[in-house]
Amino acid sequence: MAKILVYLETANGKIKKTSLELLSACQGHESHALLIGDGLKDAAESLKKYSVSSIHFVQNSALKNYNSSYFFAAALGVVSKVNPDVLLGSSSLGTKDFFPRLAAKLDAGFLNDCTTISIQGNSVKVKRPLYSGKCLAEAQFTENSKIKIVLMRPNQLPVPTEQASSPQLFEESFVPPTTGVRVKEVSQGASSKPDLTEAAIIVSGGRGMRDAEGFKILDGLAEELGATLGASRAIVDAGWVPHSMQVGQTGKTVAPNLYIACGISGAIQHLAGMSSSRVIVAINKDPEAPIFKKATYGIVGDVFDVVPKLKEEFKKILAH
Amino acid sequence: MNILVCIKQVPDTETKIKVSGSSIDTSGIKWVLNPYDEFAVEEALKIKAAKPETQVRVLSVGPKARVVEALRTALAMGADEATVVDAPETLDSLSVAKALVGAAKKIGEFGILLSGKSAIDDNNFAVGQMVAELMGISHVTSVTKADYTEKGALVEREVEGGAKEIIEVDFPAMITTNKGLNNPRYASLPGIMKAKKKTIQEFSLADVGVDASLVRVQYTHFELPAERPSVQMISGDPQEQAHKLAQLLRQEAKVL
Repeated sequence: MAKILVYLETANGKIKKTSLELLSACQGHESHALLIGDGLKDAAESLKKYSVSSIHFVQNSALKNYNSSYFFAAALGVVSKVNPDVLLGSSSLGTKDFFPRLAAKLDAGFLNDCTTISIQGNSVKVKRPLYSGKCLAEAQFTENSKIKIVLMRPNQLPVPTEQASSPQLFEESFVPPTTGVRVKEVSQGASSKPDLTEAAIIVSGGRGMRDAEGFKILDGLAEELGATLGASRAIVDAGWVPHSMQVGQTGKTVAPNLYIACGISGAIQHLAGMSSSRVIVAINKDPEAPIFKKATYGIVGDVFDVVPKLKEEFKKILAH
Repeated sequence: MNILVCIKQVPDTETKIKVSGSSIDTSGIKWVLNPYDEFAVEEALKIKAAKPETQVRVLSVGPKARVVEALRTALAMGADEATVVDAPETLDSLSVAKALVGAAKKIGEFGILLSGKSAIDDNNFAVGQMVAELMGISHVTSVTKADYTEKGALVEREVEGGAKEIIEVDFPAMITTNKGLNNPRYASLPGIMKAKKKTIQEFSLADVGVDASLVRVQYTHFELPAERPSVQMISGDPQEQAHKLAQLLRQEAKVL
């Protein structure tokens, strides 16, 4: 049995689904939860529904927004106290930023973006895609790594069923360290939806959307599904949508349960970023478009005819 | 103030990857400078253009025989000097970071360190932050915009959901670069000719104090991903197609 410290991220005071998923990797082990932020009492309480041995929460007004130095210091304090065999998190823009730094500090191995994890006794093995998903590799930590640090790709593990437990709750003290990194401003995001890398459903558009105005018909479809919007490189480069929406080689690698590609032909560049999605729907005028080779379901048709109908059908089916 | 750019050579996106159980078959791979590192090299050259006394050194860890080509690409773009640490490709992120830091300390002092936010081969997104921690300096990752002063930089990085964070960072610092920061230049012909003549400084792992047998992470097996089942095409007029798809997504795929 390994001692696992699992870092759970919160959004709007609640623990993210992509973090709760991590608890299924902890089953059968001694697991301890780590929360960092501001106003975490409710989130910490909500964890009592899951089987964890203890809950450590570090809350401070300085931790309201992400700051790499502060989150690093907060996490390091709890790691030193709990002394885990494994430090586990969900791969996000925040964890990817400070977990590697923790690994260097703790002289530990670090693996990001893992799709499976198996923890047996003290040994930790993972699978992770390499070369933009063109190859799946198995990796393990050597005995030189006293702590094994793993970030899981979102949407790979189920959220475990609730199970009453009586974990001890520890509010950890925190004093913001002096730092050379100061967050001056956080602009409000264009979207309140989960980030592309964490989204369960993505609606994505390409050249076939005609222009920036045409792309907007995807808003309604995404809204209906609670999906996050994505885009191909071509339309990011054309300036229709910001780079933060780009899926693919020089954009984001995504693996949602459902990926709906509208008017995207499927350049290698794009496929590299989304081909490990569980279910892929492709809608394209050109029956020869490469995207159909990766798709689960394909519709040959004009997105401007199909998308409005799809929106209606999704609305109907989701009402039941 | 001198700049160190940490780069990696990676297989080109279009290259077909062949696996043979416990290793990757590297024959036939076309190697290129990691695309995110191109943004880092370009950024260094932009800073140098504004402050010509700045020296830009590129540094890479990996099999010397091929990695020098990526360094020459950066020299051809306009970097002043290059260093390679000859190392097997099985080094893990932390060992690479230690080798980079060991080499950097031998070379000199740097005010700005730049690197791509991640390498497109193993996509571990780690080395830049690890280098920063080992050197005891600040870091900012995935930077899409940067303005420099004498003492530091005001940078923009993307946070969740497309929001932007504006961060003030003091030098020395490691800044990892994302698409959007700049448009990397192509090497000019005179640049390429000049790069060919430059001597690339070489270190062994022992020179920089790293033992390749002490990696913390090891790859044990490689396989090609399972083929996706072939596509199910949905026929009919848009109304029928939409109806059938919604049913399939709920009943067969169970994603709605």
